[in-house]
Amino acid sequence: MNLELSEEYVAFRAEVSDFLTQYKDEAPAPRDPNFRSPKRLAWQKRLIEHGYAARTIPQAYGGFGASPDPLKSRIIAEEFARAQIPGGLAGQGISMLVPTLLELGTEEQKQSYIAPTLHGEMVWCQGYSEPGAGSDLASLRTAAVVDGDDFVINGQKIWTSTAQYADMMFCLVRTEPDAPKHQGISYLLFSMDTPGIDVRPLMTMTGRAEFNEVFFTDVRVPTSQIVGQRGDGWKVANATLTHERGMLGDPDAALNRFNAIVALMENETINGRRLIDDPIFVDRLIDLQSQIYAMKFNGMRLTSAAAHRHSAGMAGLIVKLQGCELNHQLAALAIDVMGEYGTLYEDSPLLRDGGLWQTHYMFDLGLIIGGGSAQIQKNIISERGLGMPREPKPASKPV
Amino acid sequence: MYFGLSEEQNMLRETVARFLEDHASLDVVRAYAQGEAHLAEALSEGLSQLGVSQLVLPEADGGAGLGLLEAALVQQELGKCVAPVAFMAQAVLAPLVLREIEDQTMRQHHIAQFMAGKKYGVALTEAVAARENGAVLVDNGRLSGRLNFVLDAAHADYLLIPLLSHRASDSQSDAEFDAGFDDGSTSHEWACVAIASGRVEALKTIDRTRPFHVYHFDQAECTVVRSKASAGRIIDAARILIAADSFGAAEEMLARAVAYAQERQQFGRAIGSFQAVKHLCAEMAANLEPVRALLWYAAYAFDAVPDEAPLMSRLLKARMSEIGRDIARGTTEVHGGMGFTDLLGLHFWFKRIGVNRQLLGGPEHVRAEAAHAQGWGMQRPAL
Repeated sequence: MNLELSEEYVAFRAEVSDFLTQYKDEAPAPRDPNFRSPKRLAWQKRLIEHGYAARTIPQAYGGFGASPDPLKSRIIAEEFARAQIPGGLAGQGISMLVPTLLELGTEEQKQSYIAPTLHGEMVWCQGYSEPGAGSDLASLRTAAVVDGDDFVINGQKIWTSTAQYADMMFCLVRTEPDAPKHQGISYLLFSMDTPGIDVRPLMTMTGRAEFNEVFFTDVRVPTSQIVGQRGDGWKVANATLTHERGMLGDPDAALNRFNAIVALMENETINGRRLIDDPIFVDRLIDLQSQIYAMKFNGMRLTSAAAHRHSAGMAGLIVKLQGCELNHQLAALAIDVMGEYGTLYEDSPLLRDGGLWQTHYMFDLGLIIGGGSAQIQKNIISERGLGMPREPKPASKPV
Repeated sequence: MYFGLSEEQNMLRETVARFLEDHASLDVVRAYAQGEAHLAEALSEGLSQLGVSQLVLPEADGGAGLGLLEAALVQQELGKCVAPVAFMAQAVLAPLVLREIEDQTMRQHHIAQFMAGKKYGVALTEAVAARENGAVLVDNGRLSGRLNFVLDAAHADYLLIPLLSHRASDSQSDAEFDAGFDDGSTSHEWACVAIASGRVEALKTIDRTRPFHVYHFDQAECTVVRSKASAGRIIDAARILIAADSFGAAEEMLARAVAYAQERQQFGRAIGSFQAVKHLCAEMAANLEPVRALLWYAAYAFDAVPDEAPLMSRLLKARMSEIGRDIARGTTEVHGGMGFTDLLGLHFWFKRIGVNRQLLGGPEHVRAEAAHAQGWGMQRPAL
């Protein structure tokens, strides 16, 4: 254990901090819903230029081209969070497609897609889940049949966030219906403007349409738009699923949420007593605080392990399960301390914190289910982490 | 920057683990629990030869000059083997008090005695929550009173007792004591009394791997020393070590449950292939693993960032107590009926974790302290 930053990193932190001071007026508002606003795109360009976004992507593809350094990435994230200034664009194109293309794309695909994606000019959505293929994603049935130089796609995707804004989709389709289910899938890239694509918003329990259903009717995509080989789509997709799971358990996010609850509990009074002085609520609060710090230090351990290129095993496998659950519990506490007011929503009178705790509580349940459900996570933890046997299953047969 | 154990720390852990594997098997633990007390002495002696009993003393005093993180790693291994070793109080807490004695003559006297093999126990329970008139008074160099639930003082020569002057009388109600939280934490005065000058009663807890005693003193001769280490600071250290002990015990219980689930066949397959069992194990592992990082940080902070130790030690103790109970229970369930028997000896870990949960404050108490220290929770009524 040595938590002192060496000179190089102290200097790097100062550099990030100086950058933020110098350029903060260029930064878009936090939570700007329009991620294509000129200000947002200009900011992204500025961040890449300084290596605070697309940091490790080669310059040839529009990135900054630094060698990977998890500690520097961590410092960037911390400094931006501290200054409450939006960092680089995220989203499924940048976090999932770009790493996949870097690893498995053709040179032409890399040249065409990576730079505009990094610069926020090309927005992607992910076409994976289907009504009949959720946790058992490999049983997906959306079919792509070769006709001349094209694949012809028919079928349906669901849980497609940002499909209504996206320019492009990276999509899993079944190209070899007779092969075992994991070996009959291909990974395709295509424009959302292709004729035959119908995007319908999917209203969720939050009252908003955070997701979409996407229907395909005779959608023609050139066969050159495949990443990897025909039938290799499962392997290609798995490279990116790892990235998604890493993304969904940011310990700083939980700590920020904890601090927001503390502020709420310090400011609200019931019968003249601050909520934070209620012994039962404060007991729950401290219990969550103990878990937040445990996850924060677990995250630091992961950063160090990554920096030294050794595996942290179990410490990494549990992040999605624990992180999402913890965030959900935090939202639950915020609602409970507010009592009746905790149920207020939308633009109601007496609303607290913009109704965000109910939104968190409901949306986080979605996160517990999505991106590899809690139950799937427990399979992974027990099988890969503890070495327990897999559930015996019937021999794989064509879908 | 590196968040993790160093090579030296891993080596220390492995050395202790290897020693315990050879000398503290379940058979040894069982024999000790059935009354063969001398086995504990032999174990302590062996560990001493590895140098772990002078771990936290400065090198200038003949110690190893290491920190609480190293001590916690040793304690974790002891918990893993439910080893009957008086390490926590005698090899860590007492030297932490002695090394900070302000008067240099007194300090040298005690350090010399310690290095010569004299054993010091530490009585902390009354500084957390006093009951049954647990308290001592020093008057004219004479110590009187009663100390409850003293851990690991069997075979000790001296007892170190933090003096909590404002608690010296019996007139305070239990409620006042209970609301007192960290009242004793600022006391820097320690009485040192020869154990032989008191009367001792053995307690019987569910945990037979460690001795607990009540001590009564009546006008016993004592010395009083001032140490930079306050009662509160020693309680922080103790809580980190107790959590480390439970962590090791919980880790071992989980490993045993996973191994058993691979072996035990029902309905024609290993029970570990059923999701009902797998998911239970996964939940326990997912709860336990982040506490490893919290344990490392809290122990590291005790030496490197002392201001954070009061909060971190409490968060750690509370969290470890909660998941310790779940893991003790869940892993026993995975073992089915066998887990409930004496045959497997799983209950030694179950009981050790059970006692650790309550030692120096259960999770509710410790969380209330943590809240209080951050300015939250009900304010203590004025005394």
